[in-house]
Amino acid sequence: MSKNYVLFDRNTKAFVYGYQTNAIQRMLDFDYICNRPAPSISAIINPSRAGIHKAFWGSKEIILPRYKSISLAAKAYPEADVMVNFASHRSAFETTMEALAEESIRIVAVIAEGVPERQSRIMSATAKKQNKIIIGPATVGGMTAGAFRIGNTAGTIENIIASKLYRPGCVGFVSKSGGMLNEAFNIISRNSDGIYEGVAIGGDRCPGSTMLDHILRYEENPAIKMIACLGELGGEDEYRIIQALKEGKIKKPLVAWVTGTCSPVLPASVQFGHAGAKADTQKETAQAKNDAFLEAGAYVPTSFDGYGDTVRQVFEMLLSQGVVLPLIEPEAPKIPADYSKALTSGDIRKPTTFICTISDDSGEELLYAGKKLSAVMDEKMGIGGVIGLLWFKKELPDYAAGFIELVLQIVADHGPAVSGAHNAIVASCAGKDLISSLCSGLLTIGPRFGGAIDDAAREFKHAKEMDITPEQFVNDMKKKGINIPGIGHKIKSVKNPDKRVQILINYARANFPRTELLNFALQVEELTTAKKGNLILNVDGCIGILFLDLMSSSGVFSKVEIDEVVRLGYLNGLFALGRSIGLIGHILDQKRLGSRLYRHPAEDIAYMMPSSEDIKCKR
Amino acid sequence: MPVSREYFAIREIFWLFPLERFVNKKIIRVAKVVLDMAQRGIREYDAKRLLAGFLPQYLNEFSYKGDLALVGPETNLEELASTHPWLKTAKLVVKPDQLFGKRGKHGLVLLDADWDGAKKYLQENMGAEVAVEGITGRLSHFLIEPFIPHIEELYVAISSNSDGDNIFFSMQGGVFVEENWDKVVRFHVDVLAGMDGVDIKSRLPEDLGEKGIAIENFVKALWRFYAETGFSYLEINPFTFHNGSIVPLDMVAKLDDAEEYWQRKRWSGLAFPEPFGRSLSNEELFIKDLDSKTGASLKLTILNPEGRVWTMVAGGGASVIYADTICDLGFAKEMANYGEYSGDPNTEETYYYTRTILDLMTRHIDPRGKMLLIGGAIANFTDVAKTFKGVVMALEEYQEKLQEAGVKIYVRRGGPNYEQGLTLMRSVGGRLGVPIEVYGPETHMTRIVPLALEDASA
Repeated sequence: MSKNYVLFDRNTKAFVYGYQTNAIQRMLDFDYICNRPAPSISAIINPSRAGIHKAFWGSKEIILPRYKSISLAAKAYPEADVMVNFASHRSAFETTMEALAEESIRIVAVIAEGVPERQSRIMSATAKKQNKIIIGPATVGGMTAGAFRIGNTAGTIENIIASKLYRPGCVGFVSKSGGMLNEAFNIISRNSDGIYEGVAIGGDRCPGSTMLDHILRYEENPAIKMIACLGELGGEDEYRIIQALKEGKIKKPLVAWVTGTCSPVLPASVQFGHAGAKADTQKETAQAKNDAFLEAGAYVPTSFDGYGDTVRQVFEMLLSQGVVLPLIEPEAPKIPADYSKALTSGDIRKPTTFICTISDDSGEELLYAGKKLSAVMDEKMGIGGVIGLLWFKKELPDYAAGFIELVLQIVADHGPAVSGAHNAIVASCAGKDLISSLCSGLLTIGPRFGGAIDDAAREFKHAKEMDITPEQFVNDMKKKGINIPGIGHKIKSVKNPDKRVQILINYARANFPRTELLNFALQVEELTTAKKGNLILNVDGCIGILFLDLMSSSGVFSKVEIDEVVRLGYLNGLFALGRSIGLIGHILDQKRLGSRLYRHPAEDIAYMMPSSEDIKCKR
Repeated sequence: MPVSREYFAIREIFWLFPLERFVNKKIIRVAKVVLDMAQRGIREYDAKRLLAGFLPQYLNEFSYKGDLALVGPETNLEELASTHPWLKTAKLVVKPDQLFGKRGKHGLVLLDADWDGAKKYLQENMGAEVAVEGITGRLSHFLIEPFIPHIEELYVAISSNSDGDNIFFSMQGGVFVEENWDKVVRFHVDVLAGMDGVDIKSRLPEDLGEKGIAIENFVKALWRFYAETGFSYLEINPFTFHNGSIVPLDMVAKLDDAEEYWQRKRWSGLAFPEPFGRSLSNEELFIKDLDSKTGASLKLTILNPEGRVWTMVAGGGASVIYADTICDLGFAKEMANYGEYSGDPNTEETYYYTRTILDLMTRHIDPRGKMLLIGGAIANFTDVAKTFKGVVMALEEYQEKLQEAGVKIYVRRGGPNYEQGLTLMRSVGGRLGVPIEVYGPETHMTRIVPLALEDASA
């Protein structure tokens, strides 16, 4: 292990507790621009799930393991001596204590705000007893330039490059405030050769490590030539530093400023942003602390505004004394831009894989064919209207939407005996779930069951377009040896008409501007029923034909669009959609009834085996 | 981030009802994600209630019953007497219970009174304005408890610092404890070792005699109660022996409000009152409520509603530095508010926060105009574009009022997506006809303060 005063170096390995994907990527990006030989994260610890996490290493992707517990991770990666703890304030204590119990974990950074003081004290004392270090709670963490960053410390890559944090400078910095850490990096980088290491101990009253702890490490570290700290009113931490200055324990030049000089003019009860920022005695005021720093030999500006100037003054002094040597600036590294960020800023483009033209969930409100969902509701467009938007990309006239709804209601169910319902029931009885049973039923929809709508529409449309008479049509079909799709019913006949067909025809007659194809089909029906009473226009045929009438008479559809509807088989969709209602009903019905597995009775099956002769192959 | 429909719904409600409607104190207590952790004072009533309720778990012989009654501005005294029958039979003590001390010195304690006397005292004093230690406020809460005649006044206190807890004990309690500080014995309780190994017995004053054992047990139990009930400060001064058992007479306590999650059961029904003389304005309550419902941090204190310099600063550390700089430049009296927002608040939250400040600052017109400092350090992870989007929404809404009040805006910020955020602010200035100066991380964090104040004095 490295020397005690070193928190992190270019080989530091860490665990991240909590599935913080942004922070994880930021740590890896930092490693990458620092030219580290390998990523700093050994593993992610996430109590809810083990597995892997995919992240970027430069432009390549790497896999990080995810463990469910600290001890498992520590066992697998004994070289990782840091844990960045993103656990919430509720579990920060438990998890930190667990980490401290692992011999291999030497440093824990506790990010959570709102950790009780008593818990903080126990964490801190436990760590000290074991010669370990806690950073936080209530902090963003800290970082060693060119080596390792804790979580989100130092913010974006742009900021890291602007503050030259990818390579070490000579300044050791410590503050209470995590929010000011980045600002301090910025100020220091503008007024010196930059940061060597920076830590924010957190704004709580009982931080796990104190500013003095870190300053004493900086004092020991020969690579650090000057120290800067940013304190706050409240507490006595700064006096420990002042005491150390007086005792000669800090020999390197120390730039210090304590914020909160405004407090004497504010009402006593104002609680500043940090829990620890409240002066209970005169001694704890910012002014008293600044005066004491000055008296003890620290470099103290007259206000925060002068902080950078004081850093510069001290740095230039060290430069002229030859304590600090001029730095040869390495080339500023590059990191590939994040895809999503570059996309938003318009820096890159990429052809898309999918196109969607019917709905859009990417804006502030869901759109159906460009229409806001709230408008769909306000205009009471109903299921028919929604189908108009999502299937046809049109705002259908009310009677058209009404026809769609009528169709859906009519085809919703046709009893348990038809193939679809039967299959769904058998599947449901076999204990399959709702969706599987539904699919089993839907899979029967096709040329023989419910799937004749499109075919009927196609054939009748064709006949109408060829301008042939009903007689010719019937004859042509007979010649081709095809049953006319949409004509014929197993049970229903002229004497026992299908009520559903009558409802559809009545609706169309009452609402459609014209019903030319229907008229043609009824003429065809007259011919076919003359031959056989059950060769009536059936429900499938009627739906298909009326839909074509609807499209051609409504004026909303072009010829090309109508052709497309028929060609792509839109209309079977109406049957599948409507019948799903009934299928789901049957499935739930069986589940409610607690039906057992269905087995078809053997006496209902004619068992007819081929003879042994039959199955012999001729060679 | 797209602004959701819910947001607009919230915004409509916001307009329909006055701010008070939003402040459901129960919700603050129950749903609080404790981020403004700090030590907070509680009423003597609650402190004694906790003591009576939970100290017996650590000390069998502690027989203090906790006969306590709290009277607030809306308390029905007859109902109180029916639920607390001892009020009509016992001799009583009545004293204000509003987180201030030296009540006896200020003549605010009624001793040895009967129920009629207590009622008369309450009638006379409820709502009365008093000045205590230079702070003026109204009396609104009183504690009533049975009067305990006594001679002996003992002192015990427990406080905490980063090394552990300190227990202080003295036989010379009461108002003279400070004068007799040399008689106070201090016991240090180590963070890890706890009470084991603390030798209390041999260091207690010999004069205690037989009571020594009772005191030793009491102190040990009191520390355990203190540590396990979320206290960060506790003082019983004085306590006495009544019929052989310990009775607390005056009590002061603070809790570490970050313990709320662990102490839900023990703290149930407990409230954190505002310090004496400080009542929160509706706007402060609104922000406090907003703060309690988010993982981000939103704080607002109004210092001078007619001040001309208003701040909206991101970050607990940076906000203090902005306030320092304003005071350094001699504008303390003009500083209208202190506040901060941090921890990546979302667009809606920054919208409400900004709106509250804009509303406050445009109420009074000052012919010399007003300054709004939208400042902040270079953020670590707060999305600047996202937060500024909320700020811009509020600015647009207040366009006319901002113009009327002659508001000039100064912005300085850095961090994730700051370029986008700053562009957003620059463009809104032109669009609204409100002067706005915008700076990024290349400009020193507090540089906008002198810029604004030069304009303010011009």
